[in-house]
Amino acid sequence: MKPLLRVAELGKRFGARTAVADVGFDLYAGEVLGIVGESGSGKTTLLRMLSGQLTPDQGRVEFTARDGEQLDLYALPEFRRRLLMRTDWGYVHQQARDGLRLAVSAGANIGERLMAQGDRHYGRIRDEAIDWLQRVEMPAERIDEAPTTFSGGMQQRLQIARNLVTRPRLVFMDEPTASLDVSVQARLLDLLRQLVAELQLAVVLVTHDLAVARLLAHRLLVMKDGRVVEAGLTDQVLDDPQHPYSQLLVSSVLQA
Amino acid sequence: MTTMLRVRNLAKTFTLHPQGGIRLPVLGGVNFEVAAGECLVLAGPSGAGKSTLLRTLYGNYRLQEGSVAIRHGDKMIELGNASPQSILSLRRTTVGYVSQFLRVIPRVATLDLVAEPLRARGVTATEANERAAEWLARLGLPARLWHLPPATFSGGEQQRVNIARSMIAEYPLLLLDEPTASLDADNRRIVVDLMNRARDAGAALVGIFHDADVRAAVGTRSYAVEPLREAA
Repeated sequence: MKPLLRVAELGKRFGARTAVADVGFDLYAGEVLGIVGESGSGKTTLLRMLSGQLTPDQGRVEFTARDGEQLDLYALPEFRRRLLMRTDWGYVHQQARDGLRLAVSAGANIGERLMAQGDRHYGRIRDEAIDWLQRVEMPAERIDEAPTTFSGGMQQRLQIARNLVTRPRLVFMDEPTASLDVSVQARLLDLLRQLVAELQLAVVLVTHDLAVARLLAHRLLVMKDGRVVEAGLTDQVLDDPQHPYSQLLVSSVLQA
Repeated sequence: MTTMLRVRNLAKTFTLHPQGGIRLPVLGGVNFEVAAGECLVLAGPSGAGKSTLLRTLYGNYRLQEGSVAIRHGDKMIELGNASPQSILSLRRTTVGYVSQFLRVIPRVATLDLVAEPLRARGVTATEANERAAEWLARLGLPARLWHLPPATFSGGEQQRVNIARSMIAEYPLLLLDEPTASLDADNRRIVVDLMNRARDAGAALVGIFHDADVRAAVGTRSYAVEPLREAA
């Protein structure tokens, strides 16, 4: 089986500072890869390069398209990269407001990506939107309301529905639960866990929360100063960390 | 007899970097084989590294020295150079691990938790839930608890959920860390009976059992895990 995403020797500098250096991994369909590390370790810069939003200085990001073609992300023409991002990929932002269009209704937020795919049938788009609201446990009767009237947890669920409606095969998530109350967090994590398994999504998940990583990720990369210092199965990295920094990270978590 | 597990010269040392790089040698020179239909009892005083050994066999602790080969279908998979994907595949269909404690997932009901190993193999929700209900009933967990998350259950109830979750998948190799520790006498008998049935059906078992009666009832052989002498 071919990996869905193949990353090699990826690097980025900002002036004299190295933000990310020499990152490589393969990601297969149905796999959730967690990227952990403290703020400033390069997690977000890496995620932006993986998801086509920031051109790397070094290395390659390759994606296997539905027809099996191997696409070199940063060699693609801009419009093809954008099309990928709108259809085959999803991106869940930490702040739902960054991933939603606040001026239009919940239904339009979900329908937008279908329309970007070329769907023009209004009735079908609306039915899909209602279906997805229900799948993310939101009341369907709020379909015509603007996201600004929703709670933080509901906005985040709407953002997830908006992303998943086009059946992407790869979803990037940047701290998807970090800005929510703990009780809302548990419910959202459970929802994400189910959707990822059911849709066989490949996910790159950036989080600083090791409990979230344990719950969602199959594998982990531990980042420090822009480099991957340890990689392995999630339970290996968390239960038997090898690198001094991973050991420090794991032993620093407060037990509730 | 079909060899299910072969361990050669396994050694494990923990290096604690935040504590100034102290090295703790826990296991050394571990050698054994387990065949289908056998139950190997790991014997040895507490602190000898029995649980560390089980975790290493499951791939939870990293294998640093020596070899662990596990039969996966018609191949022997070497844990030391297996990719993360093949370790996950081993855990899906071949190796089950019953820990002393259940790691609960917030909001997930007991029935779904027990059905999960089957769902992961593509069994339909209806069938997986029916079989989960059978296992929970067999283990005497009251039906009124099945739809609750096990976070608030007693130790014994949680342990039975844990056992149901591992037994349902009918793994050819079962690693058991004190599976009967928090059970009363009746439930212990039920679990001993289930382990014997799995073994008679051809599963290979490797376990830590502190209770001498349980050891005598399920074990077919024992292996002494010797505490390592601190190197001077």
